[in-house]
Amino acid sequence: MGLVAVLKSGTFAKWLRRMFGKEHAKIGIYGPPNAGKTTLANRVVRDFAGDVMGPASPVPHETRRVRKKANVEVKANGSSLTLDVVDTPGIATKIDFHEFMEVYGMDEDEARRRAKEATEGVIEAIRWLEDVDGVILVMDANEDPFTQVNVTILGNLEARKKPVIIAANKIDMPNASPAALKNAFPQHPVVPMSALTGYNMDALYETMIKTFR
Amino acid sequence: MPENVSISLVSKKKLSAMSSKEKVSYILDEVKQDKILVLEVGLDAREEASLIERTMVEIDPDAFIGIEMESYKDDAPRDIFGRFKKAAGQGSSRASMTVVGPADRLKTIRKDGSSIQAMILGGERKKRVSR
Repeated sequence: MGLVAVLKSGTFAKWLRRMFGKEHAKIGIYGPPNAGKTTLANRVVRDFAGDVMGPASPVPHETRRVRKKANVEVKANGSSLTLDVVDTPGIATKIDFHEFMEVYGMDEDEARRRAKEATEGVIEAIRWLEDVDGVILVMDANEDPFTQVNVTILGNLEARKKPVIIAANKIDMPNASPAALKNAFPQHPVVPMSALTGYNMDALYETMIKTFR
Repeated sequence: MPENVSISLVSKKKLSAMSSKEKVSYILDEVKQDKILVLEVGLDAREEASLIERTMVEIDPDAFIGIEMESYKDDAPRDIFGRFKKAAGQGSSRASMTVVGPADRLKTIRKDGSSIQAMILGGERKKRVSR
């Protein structure tokens, strides 16, 4: 095959990507409970694989086990990147089964079971930090950005030198302040978006390809 | 009648003499005895993750629901070597100061880049539903 044919076939570009960047990355979707991680994971997987990861719910700790979707080819602006998307349980420092009973009306057995599974989910999510190549850290743009969970996750990713994108989620809500997140974490790309409505997902996909390649 | 709450200020010297594992065990043991700790030098990011992980293992729905922890980082190294290390990605991610206590005793009110305002919850503990 001549040089021109090689260039046209894209083989050269693939070789360059293999030499200088990742062609396939395992990306964890992390954040505190109820930030919208599973809604975002569902959006990404639905957009590029026509599937969903799992149920999302307003009740915290709906996702209590890590879920994976392999070989999701994310495309934006003529570029693409194949990802294994890993949706993780929300990380928290406390879990009280009373909250499930008093706020969400669960019976005691169900609340206790959910709390127990949630503690196991937090442990699993933390252990997965070692295995992912990069992270989308989902933060609720309506909440205080300086929570301990956000600070701890970011600190761990920085210590491991893993790339991170902050998805400033829920900007469709009236009190959203993505600027506060940008000011709080200027060292990382922050993308204001709404996983629920799909607003600004294209910008997130472009940033994912740029950051995780 | 409000129960007594103990607050311990833990020195840098004491913390420096402990391994990461010892620090996490010490903090968790103290917090489980209803103590609130103010650490002169906080934990690094991996130690914080380890503390959260251990906390999840120790949660007992009828006695211990977890921890409240807040810290802030010293993002601006003062000396030239610290700046070089940070630029090279080798700077410490250790928190400057950390307050940690039982989640049903300590509640963070406000936190910004340089200060933490927390409230100690008085009164009797929420009655646990017994099975």
